[in-house]
Amino acid sequence: MTGLRYLNNVSTLRLDTARCNGCRMCIVVCPHGVFAVTQRKARIIDLDACMECGACELNCPEDALRVKAGVGCASAIIQGAIRSTEPSCGCDSKESSCC
Amino acid sequence: MSKKEQSRQWIIGEVTVNGTKIPIVDTKLISADRLGSYKARWGIGRMRYIVEPGLYAAGKPSAGSPVFVSANYKMSFDRLRSQLKGIDGWILVLDTKGINVWCAAGKGTFGTDELIRRIRAVNLTDVISHRKLILPQLGAPGVSAHKVREVSGFMVKYGPVRAEDIPAYLNAGRNATAKMRQVNFGFTDRAVLIPNELIQSAKYFLPAAACFFLLSGVGADIYSAERMIRYGLFSAAIFSAAYVIGITLPPLLLPWLPGKAFSVKGASVGLILAVAVGLYFIYNPESYRNVFGAAAWLFIIPAATSFTAMNFTGCSTYTSPSGVRREMRAAVPIQIVLATVGAGLWITGLFA
Repeated sequence: MTGLRYLNNVSTLRLDTARCNGCRMCIVVCPHGVFAVTQRKARIIDLDACMECGACELNCPEDALRVKAGVGCASAIIQGAIRSTEPSCGCDSKESSCC
Repeated sequence: MSKKEQSRQWIIGEVTVNGTKIPIVDTKLISADRLGSYKARWGIGRMRYIVEPGLYAAGKPSAGSPVFVSANYKMSFDRLRSQLKGIDGWILVLDTKGINVWCAAGKGTFGTDELIRRIRAVNLTDVISHRKLILPQLGAPGVSAHKVREVSGFMVKYGPVRAEDIPAYLNAGRNATAKMRQVNFGFTDRAVLIPNELIQSAKYFLPAAACFFLLSGVGADIYSAERMIRYGLFSAAIFSAAYVIGITLPPLLLPWLPGKAFSVKGASVGLILAVAVGLYFIYNPESYRNVFGAAAWLFIIPAATSFTAMNFTGCSTYTSPSGVRREMRAAVPIQIVLATVGAGLWITGLFA
């Protein structure tokens, strides 16, 4: 990342090292270089760079990763609060406001 | 040329494989494609800027050629095909409801189920002999590679984040470097998002600016059109300036504005504008009605710019939902207090 960093100590990402088989899939899918693998085990090397996109959890074949994934979007959170649902950008095809 | 033909100018031929006709796409973008992108950036027809889901060909692909998966937002599709110059390959377009790859992956429409469904719908196994798919890396939040393999037998390989790195990725034996795997949010990446943000917020800000204009006529003597012109135009202009600055400057100046929270970055540009307006008032006392009406802007402007900047988190490539929630818990109450105090002062100023 080009020097842009968001808030520290907020990410819900957790790694269960015991389950990890070192397949490196988390390194492949992570857009922010959060992981490294040493001695066939993944490690979280930059937790505060995590944006909780959920790619690593979904693509971990050993189910070793957990993250409360979602969109880091204030208007989605406001929409969710108004409709008392999960945060949603409300971008079905009828609406024009979307990422 | 009919509208439909015009919108499909990028189809330059057809290849028939096992009785199935597959359109061949141009790997060169023409002015109509660039105009389409430009319009989409301004929010014109953006949710209808789509490509029909299905299978397409680039170059002269054979049964052994690579398959690239994309979204049916035309800008995503154009990014991909324009990088396939001199590459023989297939393009599998998923139905993402006209949303780009990353956002669609976040919603799950660029997802495991749709991918498996589309592989079957286009009879991909009749067209190609291998069982490998190249997906954009940013499709990964919606696609579980091992599940796709389990269900369909296809092996998902995640390519680079950006389509422009595809030739280098292929040349390196389908290996992405660490740099190709990293998302950026550089000046241009941020700047191109501004027009759509301006358009999307206009429906809230323009009516509010109109309210400032019309209400400026209100006073102890009920209403005066002369006052509306005299003070209302300037009030509406200040509010519009807060809106334009609050939408444009936080993205442009993102790395250089203070704080990590977007609401703080936004408040900082608002404070600068508020101070500028305050100085203008000091040197041009005839331009404001009274001290209440003038002081109101010290509160209203930072509240507005803090809010617009906070909403830009949704466009950014690095904010987490947990972080945005934490930021909002602190920022939203302050924004509400500032806006309420500001509005209260301004309304007091009408009758003072």
